[in-house]
Amino acid sequence: MSKTISIRKGLDIKLLGEAEKVKSAVDFADNFVIKTTDFHGLTPKLTVKIGDKVKAGSVIFFDKNRESIKFTSPVSGEITDIVRGEKRKILSVNIKATAETSYEDFGVKDPSKMSADEVKNHLLNSGVWPFIKMRPIDIIANPADKPKAIFVSAFDSSPLAPDYDYVLHGENAAFQAGITALSKMAKVHLTLNANGAPDATFTNAKDCQINKISGKHPAGNVGTQIHHIDPINKGEFVWTVNAQDVAIIGRLFLTGKMDASRIIALTGSEVKAPKYYKMTIGSPVKKLLSGNINEGNNRIISGNVLTGDKIDADGNLGFYHNQVTVIPEGTDPKFMITKGWMEPGFSKFSVNRSYFSWMMPGKKYRMDTNLNGEIRNFVVTGELEKVFPFDIYPMQLIKSVMYKDLDLMEKLGIYEVAPEDFALCEFVCTSKIDIQDVIRQGLDDVYKECM
Amino acid sequence: MMRKMEPDHHGKWAKFHPVWDGFYTFLFTPGETTKKGSHIRDGIDLKRTMFFVILALVPCLLFGIYNTGHWHYVAIKGDMNLPYWEMIGDKIIYGALQVLPIVIVSYGVGLGVEFAFAIKNKHAIQEGFLVSGMLIPLIVPADVPLWMVAFATVFAVVLGKEVFGGTGMNVVNVALTARAFLFFSYPTMMSGDKVWMSGLSDVANKPEGFTGATPLGDLYTLATPEPVVNGLEGFAAKWSFSDALFGYIPGSIGETSFIAIMLGAGLLLYTGIASWKIIFSFFAGGLAIGYLFNAVPANPYMELDPMYHMVLGGFAFGAVFMATDPVTGAQTSTGKFIYGFLAGAMAIVIRVLNPAFPEGVMMAILLLNVLAPLIDHYVIQSNIKRRMKRLKTA
Repeated sequence: MSKTISIRKGLDIKLLGEAEKVKSAVDFADNFVIKTTDFHGLTPKLTVKIGDKVKAGSVIFFDKNRESIKFTSPVSGEITDIVRGEKRKILSVNIKATAETSYEDFGVKDPSKMSADEVKNHLLNSGVWPFIKMRPIDIIANPADKPKAIFVSAFDSSPLAPDYDYVLHGENAAFQAGITALSKMAKVHLTLNANGAPDATFTNAKDCQINKISGKHPAGNVGTQIHHIDPINKGEFVWTVNAQDVAIIGRLFLTGKMDASRIIALTGSEVKAPKYYKMTIGSPVKKLLSGNINEGNNRIISGNVLTGDKIDADGNLGFYHNQVTVIPEGTDPKFMITKGWMEPGFSKFSVNRSYFSWMMPGKKYRMDTNLNGEIRNFVVTGELEKVFPFDIYPMQLIKSVMYKDLDLMEKLGIYEVAPEDFALCEFVCTSKIDIQDVIRQGLDDVYKECM
Repeated sequence: MMRKMEPDHHGKWAKFHPVWDGFYTFLFTPGETTKKGSHIRDGIDLKRTMFFVILALVPCLLFGIYNTGHWHYVAIKGDMNLPYWEMIGDKIIYGALQVLPIVIVSYGVGLGVEFAFAIKNKHAIQEGFLVSGMLIPLIVPADVPLWMVAFATVFAVVLGKEVFGGTGMNVVNVALTARAFLFFSYPTMMSGDKVWMSGLSDVANKPEGFTGATPLGDLYTLATPEPVVNGLEGFAAKWSFSDALFGYIPGSIGETSFIAIMLGAGLLLYTGIASWKIIFSFFAGGLAIGYLFNAVPANPYMELDPMYHMVLGGFAFGAVFMATDPVTGAQTSTGKFIYGFLAGAMAIVIRVLNPAFPEGVMMAILLLNVLAPLIDHYVIQSNIKRRMKRLKTA
């Protein structure tokens, strides 16, 4: 039974630098980095040493607390460095890749003829399991859980997001194999964008329930979709997988290889020619950016502007990211009358009507990373609700997290949310509070105390 | 230039860093950038929000200045029929001389207290008082002594706000706390018929039958055995509806003109800074009770056309600028409707039924400020119950 949902709350932030629908090649660079910090809450246990040779699909570390979850190398090459931080915490594993990738062979398999346990073990051993995340808590799914559903969103509605209809066009077979594999473990919900015309990859998908959702961002977030289709109650689990990662899982079954390559979008106002590129997880972005971004102090983000991670110019693509965004840093002080808090209101984007941006709905903005204000206590009410399409009181939930009232958090719906669901709240917050951080903290507390 | 003056965090002026920070961030939006999470942020900040509320108050302030001047000349000439739009220059000059010192004292004292607490608690100066400092002068009579304003401001900022943790943490509206403090500490200076026309107490020989009372003061005598006006007809002859609408009546400095308040309300609603839910339901609550009294009149006051209630006294001012304070009002969407409705209703109830107070808006809003968390609590409980129900049926 498919569902059609329409949400009215939300916000599309229109930014300059949308990727042109052209797939380009980027020169090969060999310094791959797998950041263990991409996996929240993970304590990695290494299985390799510096100097070891690995193939794409070879295990490099596993989860110390849930040992069946293995992480494999996306490329073949040699381990060059293991970067540690405070208390010798492992931060990343660096790999010098070979130009020609050699793969571990996991064997060609037909997911439709496999049992749930067989699929699960196959995913775990090949290292694609970490693509499956769980709600609540928003961490890598626990293989021991029995989820009530697996949600896949067929589009990304965040600012400048890659267009999955374009990216996964022609990947029907891989995507379908991935969906079939997932459907062995739980019912799969695939949610399409009702505003556009989804690609045949999605509309023809089988072994899943196809839903439609229309509305502004965060309509494309799985959190929004779960909340409106099959909300999570206490004690229940829902798994989520990104659409491109479904294709990676599918390719594993079709080819027997762990092929961790994606089509990523290089976007943002400071990119000269925003386009799509084929890149593997952990790839360095340096060659991608060189000569292609404007001069000046820029912020490079692996992911989108709302939820991505800040990386250096010689940083690497994150494990979960389909996008690299470059926007200007906002380190210059802004004089109050010309550009600061008293400005007439034409240059900045705001949902507040004290700026005129609402009169120019088509205008695309070049936004920088300035906070545009100072951090304050919560004062304004009602603004978060406008961009938060959940039957949850966002401000009350955030406050309950701030004073660590676990019981109240539970009652107010902490199990249904992930930090990314609050990204827009964080964007609009007049008091400039780091709301995603607060929610992450709350989820960690709940995980520690209640699960 | 400002950067050079920044006190070193370890130097002897380190304590004054919040003060420097307050001035610096007033002049420049600092180059502070996002660290992670959402890398871009909306253009709005608290300074801009507060600034728009102050902009919205400007019509009230300007009109208040003129109105103060007008009633001063009415008082010293003893002529109730003095044409409103004559002697404009004199009235503006007198009004400005009377009103602006109150504004200056309110800001000076209030910000002084804020700075002191910011230094003591080592936090940044928050912008809340920028609005409170403008609201306080607008809700006191023009004749109020400046030392009282200073005293009330200190009381309101310290006990109304800072003891709770500063801006965003207070339970009751700061400006109304100041007003309530004055009202209960110096009742003779804040009510009755001596204070509403500036300079009236200096006039030695008042003409026969001349009172300095506000329309509400006159109205409230209707419920007593000795009314000063001859029934509602007499009242309407003395204070016409249009006079009250435009604000040609004595009263607190900023509250008299419905039109000026609505100009401000327009700006606040257009920018979405004030909640239309609260303003709308506040008026709805007042009208509902007004009509209810009309239906069961026990004295002439209860028969007053509810539309009159809307334009008299501080009702509109309270609805637009006081009840909508996001910190002290209800925070949930449903809660805002309930809160506004109850506050509006309560204001009229106190006005009409309570013989001690001619004006009930201040009391009503303070009471509902205290009740707002309770209203929110029940609204949130219903959300929680929905979730629990889902868990049971699932």
